[in-house]
Amino acid sequence: MAKQMVTLTIDDQQVTVPAGTLVVDAAKKAGIDIPVFCHHPKLEPVGMCRMCLVEVGRPMMDRATGKPILDADGKPKIQFGRTLETSCTTLVSEGMVVRVSSPQVEEAHKDVIEFLLTSHPLDCPICDKGGECPLQNLTMEYGVGESRFIFDEKMHLAKNVPLGDLIFLDQERCIQCSRCIRFQRDVAGDPVIHFHERGRATEIITNSEPGFDSYWSGNTTDICPVGALTTADFRFGARAWELKATASICSQCAVGCNLTFNVRREAKAGGRIVIKRVMPRQNEEVNEIWICDKGRFTAHHYTESTDRLTQPLVRKNGELVPTTWEEALDLVARRFQTSLDSFVTLASGRLSNEDLFNLRQLTDKLSGQSLLDTYMAGGDLIAEFGVAAGTNFTDFGPGDAIMVVASDLEEEAPIWYLQAKQAAERGAILIVLNQRPTKIARYATHNLTCAFGQEAASLLAMANAIGSSEISRLPDWIKEFPADNALRLAAQAFADAQNGVIIYGQQGIGLQASRDVAQAAANLLFLTDHLGRPKNGLLAAWQRVNDQGAWDMGFRPAEDLKADLSQASAAYIVAVDPVGDQPVLAEALQHAGFVVVQELFLTETAKLADVVLPAQAYTERDGTYTSAARRVQRFYPAALPLGETQPDFAITAQIADRMNIKMEGSLAGRVFQQIAKNVVAYENLTYRKLAETKPQWPIVGRGDLYYGGTSYENSQGVGVALRPASQVRKLFRVTWERPQAEWPQMEDALVAVPLTRLYDRGTTVTPAKVLTPRLTPPHVGLNPEDAARLGVSDGGLVVVSLNGVTGEVYAHVSERTPAGIVFVPRSLGLPIDAPSPVGVRLAEKALARPSNLQRITR
Amino acid sequence: MLREVVRGLSTTLKSMFEKPVTIQYPEVKRPVRNRYRGRHHLRRYENGLERCIGCSLCAAACPAGAIFVEASENTDEERYSPGERYASTYEINMMRCIFCGYCEDACPTQAIVLGDNYELSFTDRTQAIYGKAMLLDPVPGGGAPTPQRTEPGKFTRAVPEMKNPEDEEASA
Repeated sequence: MAKQMVTLTIDDQQVTVPAGTLVVDAAKKAGIDIPVFCHHPKLEPVGMCRMCLVEVGRPMMDRATGKPILDADGKPKIQFGRTLETSCTTLVSEGMVVRVSSPQVEEAHKDVIEFLLTSHPLDCPICDKGGECPLQNLTMEYGVGESRFIFDEKMHLAKNVPLGDLIFLDQERCIQCSRCIRFQRDVAGDPVIHFHERGRATEIITNSEPGFDSYWSGNTTDICPVGALTTADFRFGARAWELKATASICSQCAVGCNLTFNVRREAKAGGRIVIKRVMPRQNEEVNEIWICDKGRFTAHHYTESTDRLTQPLVRKNGELVPTTWEEALDLVARRFQTSLDSFVTLASGRLSNEDLFNLRQLTDKLSGQSLLDTYMAGGDLIAEFGVAAGTNFTDFGPGDAIMVVASDLEEEAPIWYLQAKQAAERGAILIVLNQRPTKIARYATHNLTCAFGQEAASLLAMANAIGSSEISRLPDWIKEFPADNALRLAAQAFADAQNGVIIYGQQGIGLQASRDVAQAAANLLFLTDHLGRPKNGLLAAWQRVNDQGAWDMGFRPAEDLKADLSQASAAYIVAVDPVGDQPVLAEALQHAGFVVVQELFLTETAKLADVVLPAQAYTERDGTYTSAARRVQRFYPAALPLGETQPDFAITAQIADRMNIKMEGSLAGRVFQQIAKNVVAYENLTYRKLAETKPQWPIVGRGDLYYGGTSYENSQGVGVALRPASQVRKLFRVTWERPQAEWPQMEDALVAVPLTRLYDRGTTVTPAKVLTPRLTPPHVGLNPEDAARLGVSDGGLVVVSLNGVTGEVYAHVSERTPAGIVFVPRSLGLPIDAPSPVGVRLAEKALARPSNLQRITR
Repeated sequence: MLREVVRGLSTTLKSMFEKPVTIQYPEVKRPVRNRYRGRHHLRRYENGLERCIGCSLCAAACPAGAIFVEASENTDEERYSPGERYASTYEINMMRCIFCGYCEDACPTQAIVLGDNYELSFTDRTQAIYGKAMLLDPVPGGGAPTPQRTEPGKFTRAVPEMKNPEDEEASA
């Protein structure tokens, strides 16, 4: 699909660009900067600020012949317009001549700057944008330095209006470019901020309750070309030029957004180097130039918490007491050595590949089990049938299909929501198969609903509707899964699409159900020949950042964690808090012979341990994460290690060393060399390769901030996407398997179903105080019928008994909850991994209905 | 030869009756010149509010990297300076400072000025770091110490409106 190319002349320079390019972008590609404020290459043009005015000339055409009129030299005659044109709304055309630096254009630049500054307060000394502000830069470059407007007629407006809990608006600084409004409306799909009033009184207001209710609000501060929108987190934190930048990866979900940590030494923190703000780093194949508010406001706060462990603890006379590394490690090694065969390592996807690799090495040497703490499965299938390398959501358009199964995408993998939405708007087929209405379904071309527990069955029904093909023969038992009309249509659309990706998530499914869904999805992809090529394959919205890396390093979910732990002669629990998540496991842990917990915090699990080892946070060391799309990406140390903490891989290596097991533990890069040698998929990868960059469009950062705002240019590596087995070798087989997950069968009992919330109350979220007002209180969702039967009203208190825990939470009564189902958000106080029977009764206090009850709105 | 000896001694004798060039420091101190650049002061407005708004431009201008500023947010309940921002930490390392006066030039509110105090001596390096408390001028008569509780909406401008001196001349 080669686009037609157009050649034009910009300031005597010949430029050839695809048809449909805007003049301003064509100039940028040729290295000519046309100043802009309202234009942003990720947004639709509006031509509001008038900064990009240029002279545009087009070849004169002979009306009779349709040929260009030639002058005496035989060149086409150029007709220039009577007035200047905005280059951000003008498309290139063949033979066009653009003058960017003519006296007329320069005069226009001066006038526009002078006009934009009529009411600007020029309080750059106290403005958070000062030093990286396009208005500042362009005024220095194009402004005249004096104004003909009367100083006393400047508008004086409110200086710090909180648009929500996270974003502050300075009405005086705003130049009404509407970038923020257009971003929220067109890119994020949350039109919660608007213009109000007209003319000089124009201001930006929010019309949502709570204010600026969006997961994307932080991005508006990046693209704001002035200091009108600033974040509550960084408010007066430091000046832009005082900050050092370190490349990193967001640790809050499995998308693996590229970040830049801005760090500075801080007196308030006792002279420590702290992360002052989190900015997106451009990676067009992962997060483009956006990040969600969870990443922006929580990616670092937990690593700087004062509750962090700083030295090893050993249990003596029933108490955990501080000790030296020597003593702790000697003890651990001695006890591990005598725990052959029933040794258990339980780790989570919060660890880097290096940590997980070393853990796996140690566990294998002790003939133990390497268990992954997760409620999702299918990492092995993704290694085989995952999306192929070269897949980029920004390329999806007509002829491509994205299927979302059992996932509230915005809550589980926010960037994918943004990209799936935009792909659908560009013309891609978006099939959403969910058990309840979710936000992504608004943009779906096929919006399918299935009952809870029927997710895999619905996928198999789609396969049944498509029927056997040359590639795959369906098993006979597939007849048990008939498809209704909607499923049939969606299945056909997916099969007919040139390219197809299936994303499965965490909504309402536990470990076994997620395995069934992954298997059924892989089968469907195989049946429709959507494997092994870029833009095709399977994706999982994993629970944690490096879950895919953990699968690749050989970790597998525990079938029965309780049994595994209680039978273990020694348990090595790293970066996971099983007891905090499932209090019933406390008993199992007490049966375990010897428990070592390696953590950031003194968690509920750590409190029961025999030895607690303090680990470094990922911001204090380097390493790699493998994203859900199997892109291996590096992160770099941003802050100095706290206390005596050590990196996880080094701790493991030191334990191994004491047991005479050879293991690399000096540098993360050395461990990665071992990974490249031992793990087939990671063959030939090196840290250097992961740090390679490539030219990306749009151009952001650098000296000129006219385009992308304050997101950072990627100078420290875009990472490498691994090729799934189906891409490496063309011959592969898929086995057809019946779904095996069992739905809890109980007479007249309610069934609790897990949902995932972006703003949960996990240990990595709560230390971020700036986000606290946005966190929902612990609650459950109830159907009006069930609520009426229990006598519960919306917003009332209920007592919930679930998986051995009884707690008082708010009830959110809504039609969106099916009858017989209770929605229980994960990591919000109640332990839930998979659909489970639940007891709900009215709390005694609720009868009085205290007036200070907060209504749950989300 | 005698002539040379007499000439030398007469010079000695003459100088005995001249006014001495040296002064008895520290009992006697020589006044400094008008534009002398000595130790820095952080000035206040007449009402006692600090002029410094914590913009850190002095630190940016400092060629020796001697200044460290950290800002925080003002509220009307607890106000240090006009506007939204004030310097919660302000440190100058007097051993690094080269007394060039660039900080004075960079300051948008004329908060930092170089005074006439040249008596800077320390017995260890940490003493050479002057904090905000040491640098701030005393509260002027009629003013109140910071933080102040102020009337809402009164002190919204961080940078005072400064008239062009040429305009003032013209109107006078």
